[in-house]
Amino acid sequence: MVPILEVQDLHVSYSLPGGASYAALAGVSFQLGAAEILGVLGESGSGKSTLAASLLKLLPSNGNISKGSVLFESKDLLCASAGELQQIRGKRISLVYQEPSVALHPALRASEQVFQVLAAHESVGKSTLRKKTRQLLASLFLKEADRISNSYPHQLSGGQRQRVLIAQAIACRPSLLIADEPTAMLDPTTQREILGVFRTLRDELGLAMIFITHNPALLAGFADRVLVLYGGRVAELGPGRTVLSSPRHPYTRALFQSMPQILETTDNQRKTKLPVIAGDSSATPLPLEGCVFEPRCPDRMEDCRKREPVLVNLGESHTVSCFKYGG
Amino acid sequence: MEVETSHGGQNMQPLLKVEKVVKAYYPKSAAGPREKLLALDGVSFAIAQGGTLAVVGESGSGKSTLGSCISCLEIPTSGSIWFEGRDLVALREGERRRVRPRIQLIFQDPSNSLNPRWSVEEILLEPLILQGRLKREELKHRAVALMAEVGLSAELFQRWPAQLSGGQRQRLAIARALALEPKLLILDEALSALDCSVQAQIANLLIELQRTLGMTYLFITHDLAMAAHLADEIVVMNRGRVVEQGPAEKVLRHPKEEITRHLLAAMPSLNRAVRPPLEL
Repeated sequence: MVPILEVQDLHVSYSLPGGASYAALAGVSFQLGAAEILGVLGESGSGKSTLAASLLKLLPSNGNISKGSVLFESKDLLCASAGELQQIRGKRISLVYQEPSVALHPALRASEQVFQVLAAHESVGKSTLRKKTRQLLASLFLKEADRISNSYPHQLSGGQRQRVLIAQAIACRPSLLIADEPTAMLDPTTQREILGVFRTLRDELGLAMIFITHNPALLAGFADRVLVLYGGRVAELGPGRTVLSSPRHPYTRALFQSMPQILETTDNQRKTKLPVIAGDSSATPLPLEGCVFEPRCPDRMEDCRKREPVLVNLGESHTVSCFKYGG
Repeated sequence: MEVETSHGGQNMQPLLKVEKVVKAYYPKSAAGPREKLLALDGVSFAIAQGGTLAVVGESGSGKSTLGSCISCLEIPTSGSIWFEGRDLVALREGERRRVRPRIQLIFQDPSNSLNPRWSVEEILLEPLILQGRLKREELKHRAVALMAEVGLSAELFQRWPAQLSGGQRQRLAIARALALEPKLLILDEALSALDCSVQAQIANLLIELQRTLGMTYLFITHDLAMAAHLADEIVVMNRGRVVEQGPAEKVLRHPKEEITRHLLAAMPSLNRAVRPPLEL
């Protein structure tokens, strides 16, 4: 596999008022193949949105990439000039955000918003661009494409707005799409529909995708590989099917156990306490030494406080960062 | 339609009984006169004291309008909402005002439902001061007791909502609701915006409060798995109507209606080895 994206040892920190700094990502590495869907799973504070933003150097002004490299199509994006990045963002790599109602301009028609993306990146005549816009929207909206193209965002449903954002994102035929919680605000029926759209784009256009979410269930049957992020570090990385059905890291295991399973709930289990992961990662600071998950870990051992585990290969490109497996 | 009482206590008088509730809106349309839109179209169900009823359905099925009507934020066009033996629809505004504290709402996103410029202390004291039952020196004591009840450390008393985690904020929203000693909590997607691990923690808190305080819940959600875990009864809504209702396990295991089967099929689930193929 020739990866189209290779992230190596990425470290990102935010400087805080008073001179302190907070490490949001500490040594994240992974590869992404062409037409591959990588699901990034993590809770608030795990660094998943920082990851999305740093891949395109879109961090807020107090964010700082202190170490690492992001090789995209053999070019290090972290060393790219502003002009080069401008050519890549939206054209070769595009982003889809969580809230389509915020990401879309409220006073422009859907077609205009897609048109502007094309106009920014392609130097062909207006009429060609208009035609392209129409084709794009028609491919995403099998029914009512004309009505939707002429609508303002507030006249569209959540799922329709998300499709307009996707149209913008794929307008210039990028090879990589980064989607940060793109379905979090949608109901399950619409969520499923949007996941279907992503899958079709991958199958038909060969689009690779980084799909960021806090809901592991969304990744089942969707992501080719799953990366579990905890405290800015890779806890577990492996094939989607393996990680989701037999997770190995104590965090991933505990997370999956805390989720109620719909058809497994019997009358006896109803209203019984769910097994939870003790503590609250976004309310307590991470430990400075040892494994970041140690304070909440149900399987903690002597070693876990002393040093940080390294990624252990369990075979089939499934890696886990935990001393239980040798780390 | 026959109104069934909640599974949790068949012999008890229902705390809440909704009868043939209709809510019509007249939204603006681009062309022509305003058209009538029935957000609720003859909805009936009942919840027993101390029970949990989950209302599930897609966006736009009328779930949230239902919550607004029961909490008196909206007045139904017709029908009755019986709460503690009185019809909320027929009450005069003054009387309704006295009933309102006993029905509290918890919203999806606690960062939007808490005043960002108020400290935790101010947020918790406001309802207690308005209630006017406690002396000044007792107020703070009660606020700290409320925090303990929802598992918030008293150290957070002087913090602002922005300094709390999502889970802590939702605990605070629950503590604020409990301040007025409600009988019924309406949870409108109260878990949906939280991380999965935090969802489980808040679900456990809700179970605990039901055990200790005998709280009754109307749980509005699109998460069928959480509904299956928390609810005694499930009401499935579609286009403003109740399409199916009954004990949670029965409705989810043996769904009778196409809509219910459709919702079940769309539910993301970890342990579904073979999922129906995704379609564009």
